[in-house]
Amino acid sequence: MSEHAIQLTINGRAHEARVESRLTLSDFLRGDAGCTGVHVGCEHGVCGACTVMVDGAAVRSCLMLAVQANGAAVTTVEGLADDDGTLHPVQQALRDEYGLQCGFCTPGIVMTLASLTGATPATDPDKVMNALSGHICRCTGYQGIRRAARRLAGLAPTQGAPTHG
Amino acid sequence: MDDARPAATTGRYIGQRVARKEDTRLLTGRGVYVDDVGVPGMLHVAFHRSPIARGRIRSIDLSAARALPGVFALVTADDLARFKVDMLSFFLAQPVVPVPVLANGRVTYVGDPVVMVVAQDRYLAEDAAGLIVVEYDEEDPVVTLDDAKTGALVHPDTDSNVAAATGAEELDEDLEAALAAAAHLETLAFRHQRISQSPMETRGVVAQPHGSGELTVYLSCQGPQLCARWFAQALELPQTSIRVISKDVGGSFGLKGQPWREEVAVVLGAMLLRRPLKWIEDRLENLTAANQAREQEITLRAAFDAEGRLVASHADYGLNNGAYPQGADSNIAVMMFLWGAHKLPAFSFRARGWFTNTVGLAAYRGPWAIESLAREVLLDRAARRMGIDPIELRRRNLIRRSDQPWTTPMGLELTDISPAECLDVLLQKVDVAAFRAEQAAARREGRYLGIGFATYIEPTAGSTGVAVLMSESAHLRVEPTGTVTAVVSTHSQGHGTQTTMAQVIADRLGVPYEHVEVYEDDSSRGGYGSGAYGSRQAVAGGGACIRAADLLLARIRESAAHILGVRTDDIVLRNGVLHVTGDKPQTVSLRDLADIAYGDPDRMPDGHAGLEAQYRYRPPPITMTSAAHACIVEVDAQTGFVKIRRWVTSEDCGNMINPAIVEGQIAGGLAQAIGSVLMEEVSFDARGNPTAVTYKDYMLPTIFDVPEFEYHHDASMPSQAEGGFRGVGEGGCIVGPPTLVNAIADALIPFGELELELPLTPARLLAHIEQRPEIARPKPAEASEAPAPAADAPADPVPVAAAAHNVPAPSAPQEPFAPASGARIDGGWKFVLSTPMGPQAFDGRLATDGDQLSGVFIMNMDEAHFTGTVTGNQLKWDLKVTKPMKITLKYEAVVEGDTLTGKCKMGVFGSAKLKGERVKG
Ligand code: FES
Ligand code: FES
Repeated sequence: MSEHAIQLTINGRAHEARVESRLTLSDFLRGDAGCTGVHVGCEHGVCGACTVMVDGAAVRSCLMLAVQANGAAVTTVEGLADDDGTLHPVQQALRDEYGLQCGFCTPGIVMTLASLTGATPATDPDKVMNALSGHICRCTGYQGIRRAARRLAGLAPTQGAPTHG
Repeated sequence: MDDARPAATTGRYIGQRVARKEDTRLLTGRGVYVDDVGVPGMLHVAFHRSPIARGRIRSIDLSAARALPGVFALVTADDLARFKVDMLSFFLAQPVVPVPVLANGRVTYVGDPVVMVVAQDRYLAEDAAGLIVVEYDEEDPVVTLDDAKTGALVHPDTDSNVAAATGAEELDEDLEAALAAAAHLETLAFRHQRISQSPMETRGVVAQPHGSGELTVYLSCQGPQLCARWFAQALELPQTSIRVISKDVGGSFGLKGQPWREEVAVVLGAMLLRRPLKWIEDRLENLTAANQAREQEITLRAAFDAEGRLVASHADYGLNNGAYPQGADSNIAVMMFLWGAHKLPAFSFRARGWFTNTVGLAAYRGPWAIESLAREVLLDRAARRMGIDPIELRRRNLIRRSDQPWTTPMGLELTDISPAECLDVLLQKVDVAAFRAEQAAARREGRYLGIGFATYIEPTAGSTGVAVLMSESAHLRVEPTGTVTAVVSTHSQGHGTQTTMAQVIADRLGVPYEHVEVYEDDSSRGGYGSGAYGSRQAVAGGGACIRAADLLLARIRESAAHILGVRTDDIVLRNGVLHVTGDKPQTVSLRDLADIAYGDPDRMPDGHAGLEAQYRYRPPPITMTSAAHACIVEVDAQTGFVKIRRWVTSEDCGNMINPAIVEGQIAGGLAQAIGSVLMEEVSFDARGNPTAVTYKDYMLPTIFDVPEFEYHHDASMPSQAEGGFRGVGEGGCIVGPPTLVNAIADALIPFGELELELPLTPARLLAHIEQRPEIARPKPAEASEAPAPAADAPADPVPVAAAAHNVPAPSAPQEPFAPASGARIDGGWKFVLSTPMGPQAFDGRLATDGDQLSGVFIMNMDEAHFTGTVTGNQLKWDLKVTKPMKITLKYEAVVEGDTLTGKCKMGVFGSAKLKGERVKG
């Protein structure tokens, strides 16, 4: 197995490592870099739990090799909150809206929302929802996730209830 | 009664949408799931698994794998032979067939673990697993329920593929007559597909042996106490030597209720190799080799009088147990709750669990949920055929609060169920008439809208009949720092019990929620409890916290009164501050009191130090939760896609601790319900190969598949349990499927009655819409099974199944049961009774005096004496029991040599096999 030297920044800190070419970015971040907030739910790109930001874009770290992140700036869920513990607006919205139960899918959802919201001009809400459809949450039925995402996208948290169909 | 009912209540924290304590760590990636645990010297495990569903292992060649650098050990069944392991059920019952930890001579399903590879990292372990060569003599597998009835024995040492059976073997003539004579008979037969629980975190374990013989097991599980007890009993180790730690768990839904083969292999491997081992299941393994649930068939018949009142019903039920179920099961709860909320005079059933060459059966949220699906779909069909409004049909048959107490034919004693009242509330929220008008208008435009209703009751926090589920404990203390620490036997895999238990304690004590920390992650910290099982935590854990908090508060007030020289009654604890009322009003912080309690105990009452209390709470036998749901769908006639437009819930969940968490439980269950109705399916080909092995094939609902749910708690009434809580963990998964199916069927009624073939994929719905012939798929064998008025066993065309009924019956004195003269009956016996909860072993003695029999069963330091009759070597006796319900057990048995075979008739529960072995010497 060939080994490669890589350099990257993780949550703003410079990292150097020698990695096997086959090591996934998710395993590298969890094992070598200690970012265990990167969760691996499927290892085949469907569940979204492993989502991190690579150079600002949401990426499934199970589908990327560590060597491919050479030279990149990676942000994981550990890198979002302020040093004083103040939550990132995405984290705060999910907390306020009960957007998590077991929390396993949560880091991926946080990273996708963080990559798409908070910018000016605001991202189209439909684009936010479409991105969320690439995340599987087995616990919440997506109720709080949707409320949080709607709020973050500048909409009312719920659509309101009709009296019939 | 309705008017006088107490309203649900709230407190400063109880009943409030308090922010969850778990969330900050989980949102910032600082949770600790099992894969986040590392210990020095830890090695990694991968399994080499069987690629065939059934066969004999001819040879295992480990040489290439062994030669791979980085491989530490290759462990096979032979290496584990030195350990004695009983793979107990969740109820801690012995398995019906021996379950090997690693495949031992035979493989019984695709994914059966054959070799455990231990290597420096997981990549190398998987490399090595791929280099192992196993040769098999492949055999034809038994895959489906039909295969099980006709195919070879899954376990060659058994006498049939019936893993478990309950209910009446023979059809009841009176019941059949009632069914036949009724004004309307509705029959519904369908299959339920197999479901993968699919927690987003797969199974996983880190086993760390210590030099002292102690073992620390980091485990993704549903309750560390129960799992520690399971390991202790399964491995016959003292429980104190095993510590199970389970901090954060990424969902479970029944899958992780107990350790199973892989987790046990890793623990044994760690003991064998004296190294810490880690195994994290990958998703491929999870979808193929983790136990699964729900593959069932049911034929339900229900008869109504001309007014639509239920007259009689019969259910015939089969459940695929796979090769090694976590407890062989014929799912008695299906029968208990099928008509558990209805005025049904007569009911009978037959239920069997079947062994197959597929991965084993485990629990899944609401394991008995098919009862609601079958009943509610049948009610809608019956209503359509009788020309009665489906809501009216339900109202005529549901047991209202004013009808209770009520005892069902299954012996269920109801005192406070309220599905009818939940339905009343629901109908205030959903304007059915307006919907029908909209539906009619839409149909004219070629759009197909439908509305579905369902009601149900759910047994929660049971504390009867199941020895592992009786009580929960809470240990509380005011720390020297003045904050409150609680160690509770609850456990969260997303349930938020650190939050809800803290709410209860803070509310009851009178301290800020922020000052209460709850720990439930370590078996060595607190007392026994089953963890998250049977929707019990709010009721049983909450009750324990209330009682423990009351004890602690009494201690606090007495101590403060003693120190301050005032009356206890003059002291109130509010928001963490002790307020003294009366002549000398003053305030004392809890911190100041704690300083004295720990640092200057001479000033405390009786000189006792500390401020601590504990309570073990046993909730009422069953706490019932009720609900009624409605949903509105639109089915696209061009594509077959179902769009859920609205979903309204109305439930009676008693007092709520945290409405946001209650609603989260309901929503999560409903999402799983939507998955099971529309898309999820574990499937196998004819050779038993799983065909949905990734999340590209095993479809799970996404945010677009799950609508916004509306919740109404207006029908809630406090339960009899401490705090008035009711459980809500499983309900959405039970009532959700029929609600959705009924809505789809209603939408598509212009195309005829929808056949229930799950999942209702777009392709199937399109086939119905276009009246195309159905996709080829085996149908439940209803014709040959249930309605046949003949005796039951011959309905199965195969000798294998018939063997299950091969119990002695005086009317059929076949050769093996012919009286053998001189059979010795007197003396000590070891018995095993195959109860619906799994096999139960106990000792006993029998004595004869002419044709008189007397005997005793000895179990759990309790003796049950009986008398009966002897004819040759045939014995008969009755035994009256009061638990879990009043019932007379009728035994019949035959003694041959040193063995006794017989059966125990358990009234409506059918019969259980009895086996006895003479105690020698
Ligand atoms: S783990 Fe990467 S998408 Fe599932
Ligand atoms: S919170 Fe458990 S999977 Fe989303």
